Amino acid sequence: MHEFGVDLMSPGGWLPLAFALVMALSMLAYVILDGYDLGVGALLDSADSVEQKDIMIASIGPFWDANETWLVLGVGVLLVGFPMAHGVILGALYLPVALMLMALSLRGVAFDFRVKAKTHHRPLWDKTFYIGSLLASWSQGFMLGQLITGFQQDTTGYFFSALIGFCLVFAYRLLGAGWLIMKTEGALQMQAVQWAKSSLWLTAAGVFAISVATPLVSPRIFDKWFSFPNLLMLLPIPAMTLALFLVIRRSLSRLPTRFAQGNQYGAGVPFASTVGIFLLSFYGLAYSLFPWLVIDKINIWQAASSPEALMVIFYGVVLVLPVIIGYTVFAYRVFWGKSTQLRY
Amino acid sequence: MDALDPIVLARLQFAANITFHILFPTISIALGWFLLFFKTRFIASGEQHWMDAYQFWVKIFALTFALGVVSGITMSFQFGTNWPGFMNTVGNVAGPLLAYEVLTAFFLEATFLGIMLFGRGRVSEGVHTLATWLVALGTTASAFWILALNSWMHTPAGFEMINGQAHVTSWFEVIFNPSFPYRMTHMLIASGLTGSFLLAGISAYRWLKNDRAKDVMAALRTGVMVAAVLIPVQIVVGDLHGLNTLKYQPAKLAAMEGIWETQQGVPAVLFAIPDKTTQSNHYEIAIPKLASFYLTHDWNGEVKGIKEFGDQHPPIGPVFWAFRIMVGMGLLMLAVSWFASYELQFKNALSKRTAMVLVAMTFAGWIALVSGWYVTEIGRQPWLVHGVLTTAQAASQVPAGNIALSLAMYLTLYAALLSAYVSVVFYLAKKAVDGGHEANTDLKGVRHA
Repeated sequence: MHEFGVDLMSPGGWLPLAFALVMALSMLAYVILDGYDLGVGALLDSADSVEQKDIMIASIGPFWDANETWLVLGVGVLLVGFPMAHGVILGALYLPVALMLMALSLRGVAFDFRVKAKTHHRPLWDKTFYIGSLLASWSQGFMLGQLITGFQQDTTGYFFSALIGFCLVFAYRLLGAGWLIMKTEGALQMQAVQWAKSSLWLTAAGVFAISVATPLVSPRIFDKWFSFPNLLMLLPIPAMTLALFLVIRRSLSRLPTRFAQGNQYGAGVPFASTVGIFLLSFYGLAYSLFPWLVIDKINIWQAASSPEALMVIFYGVVLVLPVIIGYTVFAYRVFWGKSTQLRY
Repeated sequence: MDALDPIVLARLQFAANITFHILFPTISIALGWFLLFFKTRFIASGEQHWMDAYQFWVKIFALTFALGVVSGITMSFQFGTNWPGFMNTVGNVAGPLLAYEVLTAFFLEATFLGIMLFGRGRVSEGVHTLATWLVALGTTASAFWILALNSWMHTPAGFEMINGQAHVTSWFEVIFNPSFPYRMTHMLIASGLTGSFLLAGISAYRWLKNDRAKDVMAALRTGVMVAAVLIPVQIVVGDLHGLNTLKYQPAKLAAMEGIWETQQGVPAVLFAIPDKTTQSNHYEIAIPKLASFYLTHDWNGEVKGIKEFGDQHPPIGPVFWAFRIMVGMGLLMLAVSWFASYELQFKNALSKRTAMVLVAMTFAGWIALVSGWYVTEIGRQPWLVHGVLTTAQAASQVPAGNIALSLAMYLTLYAALLSAYVSVVFYLAKKAVDGGHEANTDLKGVRHA
């Protein structure tokens, strides 16, 4: 990292790097985990019946609290690891952040209120859950758009960000539909295949838009991708992404026949492949942005807290994060398989 | 003061969020342990009514927890957006404490909550009880870290300032700073009281609707008895906390007591209207020398007045009034819980009037809690971190319009959610009465006999 005047052997060099990694992985975990439950929420309004809605909610019920905690960890690491960037980034995103927080609040409580409030209030809470999921997803996409345009606060920047927001809603719907294909059976499962199909193209459009826009924002990023031999080494990323889209498309056209025959083989393919697309896109984005938190303005070393504070947190992360991952896996195993009605 | 002053708006917004947030963890910390108590009693005795109590209260717990989670997420964003100067100055202290809260508490409680709520039947009874333990521990661990940080902001210790930034010299001194033991105890007991009055109030509501099932009586008795035991302890702990404040934050204490002049033999002001322009109290009703006695344990002890502190003192009115509301509420809780426990213990029955008072006091804990919280937080002003950083220095550059717009939206949202919460808690109680105590509600809202 000579170009940034950083010695990676010193704590002041590698600790910010380690925390950037923890933050990136938390955000990735958040986007995938809360992504599927936001996606299920954004599909709720399309369900045919109250029973279908209940099963959809039941499929995400045990997980959503913990899924959202990854956002707290990601933003928490930004706050404690890179306080200067936290102020700048979230200050620039003040209104979309406020919108997301309110949407997440509404949706989080609608979960509980819909079954506990008076029966005739239920459709209202279902709507709240749907709209909350939709707005939270859209505002996250908007923020992503702002991040990759370097917080461009003009008409073009806003338009692009709004477009990415729109595409992210569909990407989450794809993830959510994939989750439902795995976790449900019967008519709802068939329905979820249709939902996945209808979300596929706009997801692809979003990935494409981000891939095209990012190099255009900064010549530095352009050079990172389009100079030799980088171009050849990076080519697998878009190639694999494209391949995964084709896998999903093929899987979605085959699954209904199989499900009709009572064969569940390959029910996990759309979800797993969508996760793959998220991973690849994330990797590509991280490659573009690194080591900048605000493109070409603030990098991770400039924004980092003092090494002594980071070291104290680092011990905690090394000790505790594996335990967290361990019991998260345990919780997913407890609720493995097709969702059944939840009661308590 | 300009109405659109960004500092005022940022403070209002943060106050609104933190006030809304604190309501829910305060209930869920206590309720987590109450649930564990019900579950343990069920396992020990095999009596079904303990499990019935568990199953009713776990619904309220889930609802409360959800509100705590969503309002807590908001907090993690606003630390940076509203108070960038906070992390820039004391980030080396605050950062690790917040990080440890997320790492050791948030994931633990959120993950095991899923198993606690929906896992019965999928995991063994032992694992389910373990999950209940871990959720209760998680909520309490979260209080530990956040109160360590909050106490440090009042009585900072274990650090040195280098180039305008705090650097830790001793983590032990940072965490166990002078006000931490008092604040932590005071807060946990406050949580216990809020939870026990909720338990008693909702059970009394069911009792009044002629639901005399064993689980209702068990929860009622638990709530009343725990409240009756905790409240005198809380009064003693609160007094000790006050003495700690006198030592470390004398200006806050002078505001709480409404003392303007430094004097000996200070009277205890029961009622007054403090006036900052004349720097005196109007319509004062006071007991001579009493404040000196309980603050210094000497009838003629000297206590510093507000004038001593120049302009480095908090606004008097809000601190003075909030303190009286808290104390008044505490005394009311003492009277009600002792009288109700007397009836339950010696007359073996609750009178209708006592039950109605308990229902009225279902959320009494919240009033005492929020006013107590205002005493300590407003009392810290003008400091954000006492003696280190003022609130004004930490405020952000976010345009006032953005803060005002989001503030209006948050206030609307919180008002709606708070009224929905309170009405749903009572509705759940009503539904339990109508359905009989074995009735159970699944996520489909279908009743199972």
